[in-house]
Amino acid sequence: MEMIMNLLKAFMGWIDARFPATKMWEEHLSKYYAPKNFNFWYFFGSLALLVLVIQVVTGIFLTMHYKPDATLAFASVEYIMRDVNWGWLIRYMHSTGASAFFIVVYLHMFRGLMYGSFKKPRELIWLFGMFIFLALMAEAFMGYLLPWGQMSYWGAQVIVNLFGAVPFIGEELSIWIRGDYVISDATLNRFFAFHVAAVPMVIICLVVAHIIALHEVGSNNPDGIEIKKNKGADGIPLDGIPFHPYYSVKDIVGVVVFMMFFAAIMFFGPEMGGYFLEHANFVPADPLKTPEHIAPVWYFTPFYTMLRAVPDPFLGVVAMGGGVVILMFLPWLDTNPIKSIRYRSMLHKINLMFFVAVFFYLGYLGVLSVTSVLSELGLRFSEVYFVFFYVLWFHSKTRDAKFSYMSFIGWMALFSLNDFARYVEGSGELILYGWFIPAVYLAVMFLAPLYSNLNAEKTVPERVTG
Amino acid sequence: MKKTILAILMVLPTLAMASGGKHLDEVDYDLHNKESLQSGARLFVNYCLSCHSAAYQRYNRMAEDIGLTNAQVTSNLMFAAEKVGETMTVAMQPEDAKLYFGNPVPDLSVIARARGADWLYTYLRTFHTDESRPYGVNNTTFKDVGMPHVLWELEGMKKLVNADEMQKHPGTAPKFEVISEGQMSAAEYDNAMRDLTAFMVYMGEPAKLVRYELGVYVLLFLVLLFLVAYPMKKEFWKDIH
Repeated sequence: MEMIMNLLKAFMGWIDARFPATKMWEEHLSKYYAPKNFNFWYFFGSLALLVLVIQVVTGIFLTMHYKPDATLAFASVEYIMRDVNWGWLIRYMHSTGASAFFIVVYLHMFRGLMYGSFKKPRELIWLFGMFIFLALMAEAFMGYLLPWGQMSYWGAQVIVNLFGAVPFIGEELSIWIRGDYVISDATLNRFFAFHVAAVPMVIICLVVAHIIALHEVGSNNPDGIEIKKNKGADGIPLDGIPFHPYYSVKDIVGVVVFMMFFAAIMFFGPEMGGYFLEHANFVPADPLKTPEHIAPVWYFTPFYTMLRAVPDPFLGVVAMGGGVVILMFLPWLDTNPIKSIRYRSMLHKINLMFFVAVFFYLGYLGVLSVTSVLSELGLRFSEVYFVFFYVLWFHSKTRDAKFSYMSFIGWMALFSLNDFARYVEGSGELILYGWFIPAVYLAVMFLAPLYSNLNAEKTVPERVTG
Repeated sequence: MKKTILAILMVLPTLAMASGGKHLDEVDYDLHNKESLQSGARLFVNYCLSCHSAAYQRYNRMAEDIGLTNAQVTSNLMFAAEKVGETMTVAMQPEDAKLYFGNPVPDLSVIARARGADWLYTYLRTFHTDESRPYGVNNTTFKDVGMPHVLWELEGMKKLVNADEMQKHPGTAPKFEVISEGQMSAAEYDNAMRDLTAFMVYMGEPAKLVRYELGVYVLLFLVLLFLVAYPMKKEFWKDIH
């Protein structure tokens, strides 16, 4: 036994003299000190990594049988579902994984929003994360074309046509992206190349950068307290515990529970009622037959609603893109020195909960066909979505009465101006009712601090709780 | 107040969705019922497979899945193929189909996944006479469909009696009146169409026959894993809490 241990030691010594294996192990795992008070919300980082691995591994197996050719693609997916041993399992893991990725990432981002994990000194972690999110959206969008069903085809058609709305170069730009005048074999081939090679590589590099940046500054926690401010004599944070073994064994529990949900969906309802796999996508792509209703997959729908809320195509694209990009500025918008929601004001809590509800509702609207009432609601909640970021900035410190009223009147004037511009005979009633949605929201957010103590914040403790 | 607003927000889109919906009859099929699947397969190869293909479905895979031998399939259910390992293709060319029916005839391999079982079941039972159509029939579930009523020998012919009402209220179920009797009674025909629907649901996803059972085992394994992982976490964390 002792001999084996000595041999192992000698072997590691040989490796360490040539490659920093032990050093990296210690820096990132066994001597990476994480706050001891992580809660439920802290599972989603490691789960995102797990889903990434699932997608890469199942993706590799799918490429062994998939054919990126407009005449063969649809049939090759069915071939995988029927004739490839366990092909259906691999395909469902990949399709369920796509949706699971977004669920996990949205929860991970919400965690950051709740506990102020994007705030100084973690701005770069947030930015790398946002770039991962962007790359993930591109990855999902291009992957969705590959089964070559009706929704693959027409979804891609709609989204690529959006680039046509860019002034001056739009038309050329969309042709350049497609490699053709319509979505075609050329488009399928290049999307395949991006989906299986280019974008995954970018995502993996960004994930590495995300984790390196995290381990440089250290993890935030539900109390939003810097554990590095309280170090023991040995230089180790008093509230820190080594990631391995403490969080590795804890994350294993998270992984098992997550896999239960994942398996339940994959085995008992991989279509998730048409949200994970759309029914219309089981009809092969037909360039001559536009489906009655083209709905994107659920994870894009909040942003799709923002697109549809704006009548002008180019401004619609700006709104949709802006909905994602604005999140990148979060570290410089919410500058309130208190990180965690636990010690922020009641008003901030309401604001955040309302934002979540709005995001869900925008997503819900995005799967439905447009009617005049729904498009009014889409516009109003898009207004709320964007002005939420101003409210975050506004709540960063105490504002006086004058500035509060100015903010309220300013934003409502802007929205009202837009309402006058879009007024047509008969739309008045709907616009008037809709007007109250941002009005009530902003009245509460801007004016409540003046007339109540909803804005009162709590004292942040010195050390982490729990 | 809050509740009212919430109610309005939830109801509005639902109403918007419901208004476009057509009436569909619910079908109660059982994929574990091999006899039902076999009866469905028989109807499928006899009535559907002359025009429609099921180009991703192999004869021998079907044999294995619905409890028949290859020999049984070759002699009773295989009219359009040479070998039992082939897929269910048809001889009809797409151009010819377009000429005969005005549209290319869709492949039916995954039709149940695209349309849903209820839709198929309803569609197969809502053909009615309509002199304005090339084949003298129309369908309330799929208006002006190019397909003739291939199963008329079995079902007989019927005419639609509440067309006006259906036009006024799109969700109304169609009502029919029998013009000529078929070989089957109405109940027998419904059962036959349930079997045919079940077969097409199976064909849409053969893995459906195994994935539920496998899922139970996987979940049981994960429960066991949890019973190991959770106490392990507890043990390690003793010195923290």
